[in-house]
Amino acid sequence: MNNRIIHWFKYASPQSFYPLAGKMIPWFWATAAIFGAIGLWISFFVAPTDAQQGEGYRIIFIHVPASWMSMFIYCIMAGWAGIGLALNTRLSGMMAQSLAPTGALMAFLSLWTGAFWGKPMWGAWWVWDARLTSELILFFLYIGFIALQAAIDDPRRADKAGAILALVGVVNVPIIYFSVKWWNTLHQGSTINMTKAPSMATTMLWGMLLMALCFWMYSIAVALSRVRAIILERERHTEWIKGVLN
Amino acid sequence: MHWNSVGEFFAMGGYALYVWGSFAMCVLIMTVEPLLVAKRNRDIQGSLRRERLADELEKS
Repeated sequence: MNNRIIHWFKYASPQSFYPLAGKMIPWFWATAAIFGAIGLWISFFVAPTDAQQGEGYRIIFIHVPASWMSMFIYCIMAGWAGIGLALNTRLSGMMAQSLAPTGALMAFLSLWTGAFWGKPMWGAWWVWDARLTSELILFFLYIGFIALQAAIDDPRRADKAGAILALVGVVNVPIIYFSVKWWNTLHQGSTINMTKAPSMATTMLWGMLLMALCFWMYSIAVALSRVRAIILERERHTEWIKGVLN
Repeated sequence: MHWNSVGEFFAMGGYALYVWGSFAMCVLIMTVEPLLVAKRNRDIQGSLRRERLADELEKS
């Protein structure tokens, strides 16, 4: 038992996580490419034309995965930040910092594709609707987190301040998720419902799920890449760094 | 396959601007972000190598 705990925590140190991340990154890129290729094929060539929205609905294949990722990444980022705050582990803060820009880009992509979907279907690029507004707030939370951390010189203090912001902001995630239920909104109801059978064609669903997996793998690959840079930047004055470079 | 021609595919049933506008932004982000991250890695690695070289030169 004792051995096992030590083994687990081994990868919690930047020193042993750095090479591990390096080994994992190519696999995540490869799986992202595979899921992306199949997902795009289904999105454009297999999934049928939508009865109501014609070909315009195909935006769903990136809009939904990007929106999901923006919320998932926020939760994971807040989780890492919380662990860092509670256990004072170095790597946690670095992980949170590494996830933030990717999450912000996903939130941006969700808003962008939403605007390009809203314009032809609703006639407006933007409306102050509950779901759109709460997603915009999520985007601002990411930006706030990044800006706050960048404004504090001491990385450990930046981690702590950022962690509190991230944890408080988590309240926004369920608001986004349930916004279509709680308020009357222009935005359509959730595409996938936990309790009901999906209301869309099976091939559409598969395309969307594969694209979501592609976005997952992409996000992990890019976040691991970024955390490696952050590790080197923050640990530059330590001895072990010298052995990493060749 | 329900596209009769390449032109029809790119026209997206009249939604070309919206569909391709969305996918183009997605492709742009997923290309630029990894490039920026790769650059950040190269920069810090270069900086650390120069630092190490400076140390070695100082010692010799």
